Amino acid sequence: MSGDVEAALVRAHHREWARVVASLTRRFGDLGLAEEMAAEAFAVAVERWPADGVPPNPGGWITTTANRRAIDRLRREAHRDAKHQEAFMLADDTPPEPAGPVADDRLRLLFTCCHPALAMETRVALTLRIVGGLTVAEIARAFLVPETTMAQRLTRAKAKIKAADIPYRVPAAEDLPRRVAGVLAVLYLIFNEGYLATGENVPPVRRELTGEAIRLTRLVGELLSHDGEVIGMLALMLLTEARASARVAAFGELVRLGEQDRGAWNRAMIDEGISLVDQRVAAVGRGEGRPGRYQLMAAIAAVHTSAPNVQDTDWSQVVALYDQLAAIDASPIVALNRAIAIAEVDSPQVGLAVVDRLAGALDGYHAFHATRAELLQRLGRPDEARAAYRRALALTGNAAERATLTRRRNELGG
Amino acid sequence: MTQYVLMVLGSDGSSENGGYESPEQQQAQWDATGRFNDKLREQGRFVYANGLGAASASTVVDGRGAEPIVTDGPFLESKEYVIGLWIIEADDLDQALALAAEGSFACQRKVEVRPAHGAG
Repeated sequence: MSGDVEAALVRAHHREWARVVASLTRRFGDLGLAEEMAAEAFAVAVERWPADGVPPNPGGWITTTANRRAIDRLRREAHRDAKHQEAFMLADDTPPEPAGPVADDRLRLLFTCCHPALAMETRVALTLRIVGGLTVAEIARAFLVPETTMAQRLTRAKAKIKAADIPYRVPAAEDLPRRVAGVLAVLYLIFNEGYLATGENVPPVRRELTGEAIRLTRLVGELLSHDGEVIGMLALMLLTEARASARVAAFGELVRLGEQDRGAWNRAMIDEGISLVDQRVAAVGRGEGRPGRYQLMAAIAAVHTSAPNVQDTDWSQVVALYDQLAAIDASPIVALNRAIAIAEVDSPQVGLAVVDRLAGALDGYHAFHATRAELLQRLGRPDEARAAYRRALALTGNAAERATLTRRRNELGG
Repeated sequence: MTQYVLMVLGSDGSSENGGYESPEQQQAQWDATGRFNDKLREQGRFVYANGLGAASASTVVDGRGAEPIVTDGPFLESKEYVIGLWIIEADDLDQALALAAEGSFACQRKVEVRPAHGAG
């Protein structure tokens, strides 16, 4: 296959997959059928485009092919089943896609896949398959489960959507903020699974997942451009992903923010992320709502990434943002990160005192012990630091993180 | 339109005050549940509602063989049982979940929502 045709196929898949599944779901009222026919249409394209050439309107070609296949399928089934005959006889009375981004069918698809009546791991898998167009094998690999397990999970989910009548629509206005938050939680989970991968023999950063999460968040950003939290999430992901290659050293260790080669950061992503944060800061300044947690986290990431080196980090700004974040998110993990910033602004002693108050809530969390270890090390208390590293090591599943913690513990000597 | 069964979950209904803290609370929850039922009827969504007798009053019958086998007690021993149910008509799961939340608030019990087979 020539490179041009292959590139056109990849582009069409990225741009059109969700659109095709969405429009077929609306027309035929069956998510499973829509998914299967979309996959078939792309398979036909892989066969035909190299011989026939890339059609002038690839998206239209795929949609038409998928529609024809769906009708063929229903017609075949109609011979077997009178009920389907009835369904098939119905004319296509779906109204043309209404104008305006919020009415986009892909948005309905997303809300269906991220419905709260589905288990979180199911929402993640469905979103990657139905909206993202990843294959079942790819999703299974990403979540380290056998392909048959993932296939069953997806089949069960589609059966529940059908049997329980999970609606295919954008939620009512009063439910929208909560449901958008649910969609963002799914996207963030996909991103984090890629960013801090767990498991034996798993690369520490899996760009296929972080990249996919960013792509999906961009799509949501196009569809819900008025939503500050969606923009905040996109900025947060970009500012995090921009540092990904500097985050893992050649020998497979995680490199901490302060020690990273800032020249290796992806400048374009940082510029885009910072400009999104600026856009939100301006909007909040105009009185357009208060920043939610993703906007605040993005703003914190923007402070870190704007500093030319770690000494120039505006730590008091970081603390101020964490104060705002702590006010809306009482999570002890937020409190832990705030304590790290306080240690920089005030002193390691003050930071450690704040960290120690979180022991009850975070005793089972590796980053709590790693943070303690580091602060104890800076305070010249090596025995306690060593014990804290030991606890952190026992609790982390990320290979690169283990390597880093081991090295830092060994630096203590003894 | 789909029929949904809303199953009310709670400890065995034979306990004192129907498992509520006081007779007053029991009365208040009954009244609230009655108002919720009225609302369902007004909206044409009500199919059936009732509380169930104690799980200890339950009997399992297995009539699959030549002779029916009758066993005392609920099918599964559990801390929580279905202690009541509604059958409602709803446009889709979102509406059923919203109504279940109202019903749950009215009777102050968790509610499991399950679609019935086929359109109502």
